Amino acid sequence: MSPLRWCALMLALFVAALLAIGIGTINIPPSALFDALRGSGSGLTETVVRTLRVPRVVLAMLVGAGLGMSGAALQGTMRNPLAEPYLLGVSGGAAVGAVVATMLGLGAVLLPVAAFVGALVAVAAAFSVAHVAGGRGDARVLLMAGVVVGAFANAAIMVVLANAESNTIRDALWWMMGSVADATWPQIGIMGLYLLVGGGALVALGPRVDVLALGEEAAAGLGLDVDAAMRWIFVIASLVAAATVAAAGLVGFVGLVVPHIVRAGGARRHREVLVGSALVGATLVVVSDLLARMLRPPAELPVGAVTALIGVPFFLTKLRRLA
Amino acid sequence: MIRLEDVVVRYPRAASAAVTGVSFVAARGAVTAVVGPNGSGKSTLVGALIGRVRIAAGRVCVDDVDTSDMARDALARRIAVVTQREELAFPLLVSEYVALGRFPHLGIWRAAGETDRRAIIDATQMTAVTSLAERRVDSLSGGEWQRVRFARALAQGGDAIVLDEPTAFLDIAHEMLVFELLHRLARGGQAVLLVSHQLNLVARFADQMVLLDRGRVAASGAPAEVMQAEVLERVYGWPLVVTRDPAVGAPALVPLRR
Repeated sequence: MSPLRWCALMLALFVAALLAIGIGTINIPPSALFDALRGSGSGLTETVVRTLRVPRVVLAMLVGAGLGMSGAALQGTMRNPLAEPYLLGVSGGAAVGAVVATMLGLGAVLLPVAAFVGALVAVAAAFSVAHVAGGRGDARVLLMAGVVVGAFANAAIMVVLANAESNTIRDALWWMMGSVADATWPQIGIMGLYLLVGGGALVALGPRVDVLALGEEAAAGLGLDVDAAMRWIFVIASLVAAATVAAAGLVGFVGLVVPHIVRAGGARRHREVLVGSALVGATLVVVSDLLARMLRPPAELPVGAVTALIGVPFFLTKLRRLA
Repeated sequence: MIRLEDVVVRYPRAASAAVTGVSFVAARGAVTAVVGPNGSGKSTLVGALIGRVRIAAGRVCVDDVDTSDMARDALARRIAVVTQREELAFPLLVSEYVALGRFPHLGIWRAAGETDRRAIIDATQMTAVTSLAERRVDSLSGGEWQRVRFARALAQGGDAIVLDEPTAFLDIAHEMLVFELLHRLARGGQAVLLVSHQLNLVARFADQMVLLDRGRVAASGAPAEVMQAEVLERVYGWPLVVTRDPAVGAPALVPLRR
């Protein structure tokens, strides 16, 4: 990708973040916005900016970046343009964890932990299903195992929710639709750490993803330990995705559509695709969250629904080009 | 030099071994061709060479070092493999694709250096793909794509190259270009080991042939020794005659009507 495009991507994210911090129930003009960010603004503006909007925007960036990178790594590794973290059981497992936590009345603090654990259990289950099926290191078997685990998780959620109280159902559903509204700094810290370590590892492994994208035989011929490389990338991408789910619930379509946007922009090697997906994913979720707040004020739409609404038209144009 | 010693490969849950007691040497400076009917174990041998298929007994050596004692990347620095088919999930530029041949030489943090650039330039020149560098690999014709794949294998910089059916899907001219290139590589000092169904071309270009039949070596040696009607007829299960090609003087097989 050309340096000009990289600059455009960074500028887009910067502008999106400023707009998202400035626009809302209380609109903050640019001058007041910079004052508030520096800590020299008026009381109310500064409170809104520093305790509500900034954490929210930062979390949206981290979640978008994480999902974008996770999707990019999985698509390359599995050689499948439809691969994304949610397809591999991460979302299903996290949702089961969240629903169970809601049913048990574990509260807002433990819900993300339960979702994270659920996601990891689902990924581990997908791995063991693939292993039992004898498809160790076969991307297709792993993908199908993920789909099976996801379907099982969905069934489990329906069984659990069938006899639940309406409040529980509403809470669980709301969580499943994704939101960055209740962002807190500790939450941001944890998510940031996951993104820094996991995302950094994925970027480091980028050339391995390039080689895996050639196919398993060609990758083996180039001296790559295919099974080990696949396992590592799968685990790291799942961890990053699970962390986003724990922080913001299910934000659909980002992991799927963002890498395609970045590839359409001219990125081909996976180090580029991964970094580009982090930038575009962050921008997409920030913009989606802004739209989620603006479209029907004072009510807020779930951010996961908005990302899907934006992502679907893009995907359709891509399909048209393929057909 | 690649040496196979009594190699046995057994697939899990298979009734019999896919390859039994196969031994031969692919020497440097020579083209060695493995031929045989479908399912005779040719591709299994290639899988065993790159470590995708586990060897149950016997060993594969590169210059007297057992490949099972070699790290995968060390092996890839010695032997390059062009597999039967390869389709990129996400297209690269030809230059980016050929540069992946240097993967076994680079660590996670080591960027490509002068040696790598030199190897890539040499490989693209030898395969005449320099002018394609900025094209996307999904825009290439079948013949161009095959040459680009060779370029990537040569960029690996080893002294042996293994090719599984390198001329499948190619027309006569491109087929000849491939065989002439392989011949040139061997004369340049590489050990060229190829799996092929093109018996007549192999008989012209190879220095040594290995005929496989149901996982065992049915015949091996110079083309004239292997291209014997009785053996080939038995192995392929089809009536045929072997004549001498009047134009080039090489043994030539003609399958008959039944």
